[in-house]
Amino acid sequence: MAQITLLVDGASRTVDIDDADAPLLYVLRDELTLNNPRFGCGLGQCGACTVQIDGRAVRSCVTAVSSVVGRKITTLAGIGTPDKPHPVQTAWIAEQVNQCGYCISGWVLTAVELLERHPKPTDAQINDAFKGLICRCGTHSAAVKAVRRAAQQA
Amino acid sequence: MTDTMSDTMTDTTLSRRAFLNATGALVVTLAAPAEWAQASVSGVAARPPLKGDQLSSYITIEADGTVVAYYGKIDGGQGLGTAIAQMVAEEIDVAYERVRVIMGDSALTLDMGGASAAIGVSHGGTMLRRTAAETRRLLIEMASAKLGVPVTALTVTDGVVHGSADPTKRVSYAELIGGRYLDSTVKWNGRLSNGLAVEVPAALKKPADFKIIGLSLPRQDLPGKVFGTLEMVNDVRLPGMLHARMVRPTVAGAVPVKVDEASIKHIAGARVVWIKDLLAVVAEKEWNAVKAARALKVTWSDSKPNFPGHEKLFEHIRKAPIVKREFQRQNGNFEEGIKQAVRIVEGEYEFPTQSHASMGPACAIADVRGDAATIWTSTQKPYDSAYCVAELIGLPREKVRAVWMFGTGSYGRNEQGDATADAAILSKHLGRPVRVQYMRHEGLAWDPKGTASINRSRAGFDANGKVIAYENISKAFSRLDNNTREARAADVLAGQLTGLPLNRGESFEIPVASYTFEHGRLGWETIPPLMERASPLRTTHLRDPYGPPILFGSESFIDEMAAATNADPVDFRMQYLKHPRDRDAVRIAAENYGWEKRPSPRNDRKDADVAIGRGIAFRRHFTTFIALIAEVRVHRRTGKLDLLRYVCAHDVGMIVNPDTLRHVIDRQLVYGTSRAMIEEVRFDENMVTSVDWESYPVMHMDGLPERIDIVLIRRPEEPPSGAAEMALGLVPAAIGNAVFDATGVRLRRVPFTPERVKAALERA
Repeated sequence: MAQITLLVDGASRTVDIDDADAPLLYVLRDELTLNNPRFGCGLGQCGACTVQIDGRAVRSCVTAVSSVVGRKITTLAGIGTPDKPHPVQTAWIAEQVNQCGYCISGWVLTAVELLERHPKPTDAQINDAFKGLICRCGTHSAAVKAVRRAAQQA
Repeated sequence: MTDTMSDTMTDTTLSRRAFLNATGALVVTLAAPAEWAQASVSGVAARPPLKGDQLSSYITIEADGTVVAYYGKIDGGQGLGTAIAQMVAEEIDVAYERVRVIMGDSALTLDMGGASAAIGVSHGGTMLRRTAAETRRLLIEMASAKLGVPVTALTVTDGVVHGSADPTKRVSYAELIGGRYLDSTVKWNGRLSNGLAVEVPAALKKPADFKIIGLSLPRQDLPGKVFGTLEMVNDVRLPGMLHARMVRPTVAGAVPVKVDEASIKHIAGARVVWIKDLLAVVAEKEWNAVKAARALKVTWSDSKPNFPGHEKLFEHIRKAPIVKREFQRQNGNFEEGIKQAVRIVEGEYEFPTQSHASMGPACAIADVRGDAATIWTSTQKPYDSAYCVAELIGLPREKVRAVWMFGTGSYGRNEQGDATADAAILSKHLGRPVRVQYMRHEGLAWDPKGTASINRSRAGFDANGKVIAYENISKAFSRLDNNTREARAADVLAGQLTGLPLNRGESFEIPVASYTFEHGRLGWETIPPLMERASPLRTTHLRDPYGPPILFGSESFIDEMAAATNADPVDFRMQYLKHPRDRDAVRIAAENYGWEKRPSPRNDRKDADVAIGRGIAFRRHFTTFIALIAEVRVHRRTGKLDLLRYVCAHDVGMIVNPDTLRHVIDRQLVYGTSRAMIEEVRFDENMVTSVDWESYPVMHMDGLPERIDIVLIRRPEEPPSGAAEMALGLVPAAIGNAVFDATGVRLRRVPFTPERVKAALERA
């Protein structure tokens, strides 16, 4: 059993882990009771478990917890709140993108990273950013519209 | 709804009764309308028991005036909660923000069937509109007595009843009843689930008076999803809760014969649960449960399923014996009609096995304690799931409480009910709350499947090219091999693995007979399941349970008939469609697309490497009327299809929330495209081999329809029908017909992968 400290959504959190290879997803959900990274496949194939590590969207289901100690971890709830929404969240609501919302961490956190790199992304850049994501409800095009909206309003 | 009031209706007696206001003072006596037999109108401190004839089982008002609507269905992510709030706010006359909707909690809401058949608005919404209107009527009567103003001289503005002429005479709903409960009955047909129906003396508002129905209000559930504050079923954490993972065989039908518990003893807290043929591991920490499930050494029994494999599946279906054949609809005499035909056209279409393939594999939590249990589930059918659990763990139905929560979209009878039952049987065994989270392979290889089918059609023409005989028959696995209701223990894997007698049914379906052919018959044939018990290929309802397979056949074949007579596909349909709403849907789609009248195929691009075509498909489902046109670019050398444009004309009757409806149609057309273009469950002789998103590919960014135009047909005077799944069934035929238009080649098998399209083009 080892104690590690994770920097999550701006707060320092100490957890006991008995397996340094445990995927970050399980530590965030199970130990820190953070709900937003969701289990979709455990294989890095869908994006439901996405969090940002130092501003990059990564799949927490295939990221060993030991590899992110001391790095800045951001979940969906860490990018904005109803009072201080991130422009991507505002755009997501304006476009009424989601249906079930299970996949949302992947799409929103990927969009946030995209807009930080390319504040005015081309359609090709948006498609490329989203290419590894799945949404079974079929909200792909709505997500693209939301990114365009967020870019316009930035 | 076809349900009518049954004779089991509660017999209420006419009564005149005093009621007490909140301070206990005797206020007034009320006369109930003779024909409606109200029990009484009186605030009571405790909510009367949940029962179909109790008004408070549908609508209550809290102390602060919040209107609570108890909706015994669920919102799978399409915005039903918002639509219900709009309908209730409209009928009871409060601001939309004052309505709170409670969904799918068997301790609080009546069994209205959960989600099925896309009747959330048409059935559940209508019942809540009626009971909201009745609540308003009773509150106005109470206000009349209190204010000394006749009912006819009162108006309601945002939950305040006031004199129409003298607004200083006023009393709010909160003051009248807030925090207490109307002890009043409604006329109930004695049924629950999708058959539940109530009638009330209060009249519903006329569409011309709508202020809230018809507004595009934003979805109530989205901020919680976008800001990550919404708790889903996956997020339930109970004190003492164990995490479980199921252990499934790698050969279908194999059962554990030896389990080496020592193989997981190095994993903290991990232990085995083995109940008959059901095998699981549990641990205090979730990751340890995952590791234990992977590490556990199991000796499995020999099993030889001899599945035909997905490549040879249609050969198997063709040869398989017919268990049941039913001509569900017949007019005229097909056999006689076809004899008179001077020309016969036949067509055959194959639709693959498909998975629910939910975004998240199922998750459920159960807490079984002695003589009572609670289950937290995101199944579409929480009540059925509770009944199933009750039977499985030996409790009376009323002792199992189901709490539905948001979770992954399920798109039909997916594996959520199986996971819920697993959690319950494990919790009972261990005496602790248990959370079951299925892994990805269980959401693909082990979910109940949408059945594969072969759809064949035959048409006979007279000498003038008129269709005089038409037949459509689907041969398929039963869609009730695994009962879609999941109300019996044998309807889930846990029941099947613990040896309970199976609960199979034989059924498929037919397309709606919108087309008026002189002699017609529509039917189906079912074949035996590939494996009877705990099969990874058990078949059930997948979203729009028989739409895509049957309509792929029937609407492609309508096009074949049009081509056989050199008729324009829109004209041909119009020739045989008589109902004005059928005709309007087709006409409006064609107009909005800019449909150029000509027969298919277009011959000018027949041999070009790239050709663009357009195809139409039409359906009526309940009283929803939909036409979909697809414009497709075909790359002849690669078989790749670019989906350039969809135009969907959609008539659902009364529209509650236009923007949300548009989104529901838009998203489902993308989902339907995934099923038409990509999805097919793969399996070999032993097992399903679609176990992840690489072996069961679905729609990503590539291959999306480039443009979707949705045309909502406004019919506010018509009752609302359903919209949650009806449009998606048209996608395969619309695309197939467009490919035929472009190339003259018919696609006869879904999915339309480049390899398959290329092969079809090369064969031609």
